[in-house]
Amino acid sequence: MLRDAALSAEAIPGETARDRPRAGAMASRRAGALAPYWQAAPMALVFLLFFVLPLLVTLIVSFWNYTEYSIEPAFTLDNYREVFDGCLADLPGLCTTFKTYLSTLKFCLIVWASTLLIGFTVAYFLAFHVRTMTMQIVLFLLCTIPFWTSNVIRMISWIPLLGRNGLINQALVGTGLAGSPQEWLLYSDFSVVLAFVHLYTLFMVVPIFNSMMRIDRALVEAAYDSGASGWQTLWNVVIPLSKPGIAIGSIFVITIVMGDFVTIGVMGGQQIASIGKIINVQVNYLQFPIAAANAVVLLVLVLLIIWALTRMIDIRKEL
Amino acid sequence: MTKNISTGGMSRRTVLKGSAALAGLAGTGFASSFPAPAVHAQEAVTLRYLGTAVNQSADIARKAKEDIGVTIEYIPVETDEVAKRVITQPNSFDLLDSEYFSLPKLLPSGNLQGMDAGKIKYAGQIATVFTKGEVEGKKIGDQGTAPKKVFYLEGQFSKKFSAEPTEWITLIPTTYNADTLGIRPDLIKRPIESWAELVNPEFKGKAAILNIPSIGIMDAAMVVEALGKYKYPDKGNMTKEEIDLTTDFLKEAKKAGQFRAFWSDFNESVNLMASGEVVIQSMWSPAVTAVRSKGIPCTYQPLKEGYRGWASGFGLPKTLEGRKLDAAYEFINWFLSGWAGAYLNRQGYYSAVLSTAKENMEPYEWAYWMEGKPAEKDIHAPDGTLLEKAGTVRDGGSYEDRMGAIACWNSVMDENTYMIRKWNEFIAA
Repeated sequence: MLRDAALSAEAIPGETARDRPRAGAMASRRAGALAPYWQAAPMALVFLLFFVLPLLVTLIVSFWNYTEYSIEPAFTLDNYREVFDGCLADLPGLCTTFKTYLSTLKFCLIVWASTLLIGFTVAYFLAFHVRTMTMQIVLFLLCTIPFWTSNVIRMISWIPLLGRNGLINQALVGTGLAGSPQEWLLYSDFSVVLAFVHLYTLFMVVPIFNSMMRIDRALVEAAYDSGASGWQTLWNVVIPLSKPGIAIGSIFVITIVMGDFVTIGVMGGQQIASIGKIINVQVNYLQFPIAAANAVVLLVLVLLIIWALTRMIDIRKEL
Repeated sequence: MTKNISTGGMSRRTVLKGSAALAGLAGTGFASSFPAPAVHAQEAVTLRYLGTAVNQSADIARKAKEDIGVTIEYIPVETDEVAKRVITQPNSFDLLDSEYFSLPKLLPSGNLQGMDAGKIKYAGQIATVFTKGEVEGKKIGDQGTAPKKVFYLEGQFSKKFSAEPTEWITLIPTTYNADTLGIRPDLIKRPIESWAELVNPEFKGKAAILNIPSIGIMDAAMVVEALGKYKYPDKGNMTKEEIDLTTDFLKEAKKAGQFRAFWSDFNESVNLMASGEVVIQSMWSPAVTAVRSKGIPCTYQPLKEGYRGWASGFGLPKTLEGRKLDAAYEFINWFLSGWAGAYLNRQGYYSAVLSTAKENMEPYEWAYWMEGKPAEKDIHAPDGTLLEKAGTVRDGGSYEDRMGAIACWNSVMDENTYMIRKWNEFIAA
């Protein structure tokens, strides 16, 4: 979807360039000049209504005051002060907010590295080792099978497997590999990472596979002909040309993990903090302004990460 | 009919409701062959009933439709969401089923109206737990938002609670109960008598607490008191220092690895217990029943420090008027007249007007559920599933034993904002 959006954004100037020579009269030239704006309008409108506007409201509300039962227009920085309460005073200890972000960033990094490795491998196999298009489509659909059921069910299914009396522990204890049930399997960092990787690897596979399919096979052949080893081809040809896919996949995974609270909640036994959960609790207790402030801080951080990513890879150019 | 009583909610629930309604239709073929003049005379009224899914039974909606011709359309949401809706979308429902402890934050919004006691037929017979804070003439614990503190209003549209009885009632009780710890007796294998056991190192990594801050902190306070660490003047309304003390205590237990998980939803607590991940945890009564109906032993353990009470009730949005208002009163009067009360009592809750519920229950059922006597016959849930074999005694005993031993009530503290911040700190610890 993201790819489509990016493509259509690019398609607009392209189209006008083609249109211009054809337009004869002044009037139609003016209409021609307006055309791209009309073409962009529906998407722009949807963005404005469902993205920019709510975001603005969130930003505005984050400066408001609140009580148990109401929120009041104001301009106060108290909510932000509250978010970072004790963060300076507690140094070198970590305040709740820093601790939570650190924990979330840790998950982000581990999950990103794991999904990238697995996603890249799967995509590479699909793109370069599966010869026929039919087989590629079949295998690709196989990858999506887990997505036929809901997110939450896919997560919860891990519990009977990993639990204290779950299948894995029964097998471990039964075969004598472990003396007692292994408790770290569930409601731990491990189970959270496992669920994340399980849930989101496909988000890596799809864009990387897409990028790989666009690589001119002649380039790979040329590399081989020039005497490059398999690894050298991978490192110097395939990976650089897959960069846009990697970047898009990374953006998907990082933004999802940063904002997630359901997976961390279910798989972490709610013992692991996440910014999403903090915001969720605050919204439930009608503390909208401070929840908004937290959301703004989270948004800024995620935007910074994405900005850094796009510094490294110019997605638009590569596409 | 199926369409009327079930809108929104999870699909599984809708399916269940639908099948229940169908079963109901089949069973009531006889009743429905009678003409119902009241229904035909004028267009039927539909009441949008906002509350938690736990209290919204398809059977009750069906029976109400049959008896008084009022269609109940359930809007099932979570506890916190109920309060949020009342404050942010007060016109999206006609009948509210809310917990009493939400009232101190709902009422100042001015979105509710007091209920005219004169129009409630059984107002005089509502359980004394609500009207006086007494059970069988004995005062019970009133720490926290005890219903008696928020039961009356100064006037119909007043935003102030009245300490003295008035003719304006905030909420007419639907269900209430006494909460305690649930345990797995087969895995613990010894008697449990105190809240302090929740942090007993014996159950390290096998205990759980609920992750709903306002309730979780009170359970923690019960533990702190049971350990003799501190005596709270009011567990339901802590000072900042007391909140610090309680959350520090929780953080310590968490760091020591005492807790296996936290839960915030009914089903999570059932799964934790049934799977054996947890052997002792704060729990709700129907969750214990759910574990037991899987054939897994689970006890709703009475503890010497007492119970944490909760209660919910019907309220009316300020804007309700005309025929809908009349229908709401009619429905509430019907609700108190016995059939619904008996239904709720059979689920292990308590009903507002005990005398009418008693008339609608078999004597052996009343003896088991309310008097704490051994069951003469097998005890069945309203849907027919076997709950207990003959001879068993209800956990905690009689109504008097259980409700009489309430130590504190679910509440919203004055320092709620601070408490939530500290709770988030505890989760992040």
